[in-house]
Amino acid sequence: MAKFNKKKDGDVPAVSTASLPDIVFMLLFFFMTVTTMKDSSIMVENTLPNATETKKLEKKDRVIYIYVGKPTSQYTSTFGSEPKIQLNDKFADVGDVGDFILQERAAKPQELQNVLTTALKVDRDANMGLISDIKQELRKVNALKVNYTTTDGDAFANLQ
Amino acid sequence: MPRRGGPPEVNAGSMADIAFLLLIFFLVTTTIETDSGLDRMLPPIEPPEEDVVIKQKNIFTVNINKNGQLLAEEELIDLKDLREAAMAFLDNGGDGTCNYCKGRKNPESSDNPTKAIISLKNDRETKYATYITVQNELVGAYNELRNRESNRLYGVDFTEMEAEYLNPETDQAIRDELKEKVERIQGLFPQKLSEAETSTSN
Repeated sequence: MAKFNKKKDGDVPAVSTASLPDIVFMLLFFFMTVTTMKDSSIMVENTLPNATETKKLEKKDRVIYIYVGKPTSQYTSTFGSEPKIQLNDKFADVGDVGDFILQERAAKPQELQNVLTTALKVDRDANMGLISDIKQELRKVNALKVNYTTTDGDAFANLQ
Repeated sequence: MPRRGGPPEVNAGSMADIAFLLLIFFLVTTTIETDSGLDRMLPPIEPPEEDVVIKQKNIFTVNINKNGQLLAEEELIDLKDLREAAMAFLDNGGDGTCNYCKGRKNPESSDNPTKAIISLKNDRETKYATYITVQNELVGAYNELRNRESNRLYGVDFTEMEAEYLNPETDQAIRDELKEKVERIQGLFPQKLSEAETSTSN
């Protein structure tokens, strides 16, 4: 019975890693499809409030983003801790919002210029005064469609 | 010297490393967007040509003060009861012209859902989170009433129908069909949410 050599104890066969690239590629493609490229780094604190009656924002190319919130810790020394507006990569004043919207609108293709939505990504601790000023500016440039971006969740959790 | 046994096999052992590198690159440079929220229309800046006279009983005023307390129709109200109160107001049908309303038909409250207006006013120091909660409740009141009518007429939720209608991946034929239904329901309970300019507290 020399054919059946008894295996030595403790000799574990090597695990085949040939399918590892496939698994990693699968992960890669998953992330490539569900995520989008960051176009601006957020320089303000941005914990969005919760809401239940939300609608999806379809078509990213029709959306202009405005961020509002307290400057993050690395900017507090220069910009203070009061909530500020962030347009693209810069902090801005309320007066700049109108110009920014007009600029962004001009950069979009002609057929999209009338269907743009302004997404307001506002930190939950911001005051309504600033938001009202922004809304007033938006009205001045006739950007009437706004979306208060929120996360899905219990709206009453906002109150704590 | 002739080769024997075909070309040598390429070593694919480092393929995983390359794929990991790509994966990490994408993880770092991309974000999962939060892309849903409350859609609202702002009023145009030019005032309307003629002054529209609206009866006081057709307006449901909601006031938020800087501490996040609510005043609905001059009464202090809890945020949790706001949806109910708004629904009762919208669904009232005071003058009897609304044949689908199931409200109390109180002559002191709104005449018809198409005439009822909710007016929202907030303080400059109101927290944004509170404001969103109130907005959410008011939109929720409209959605609940619309869902009720939609279920009665078509047997589906209005919110579902609208989401499918707004989804760009839906077929054009289905969207045309949905458009009619969505607009009919919206006509039954039009969303008239007016926002006054903020007041400063003193």
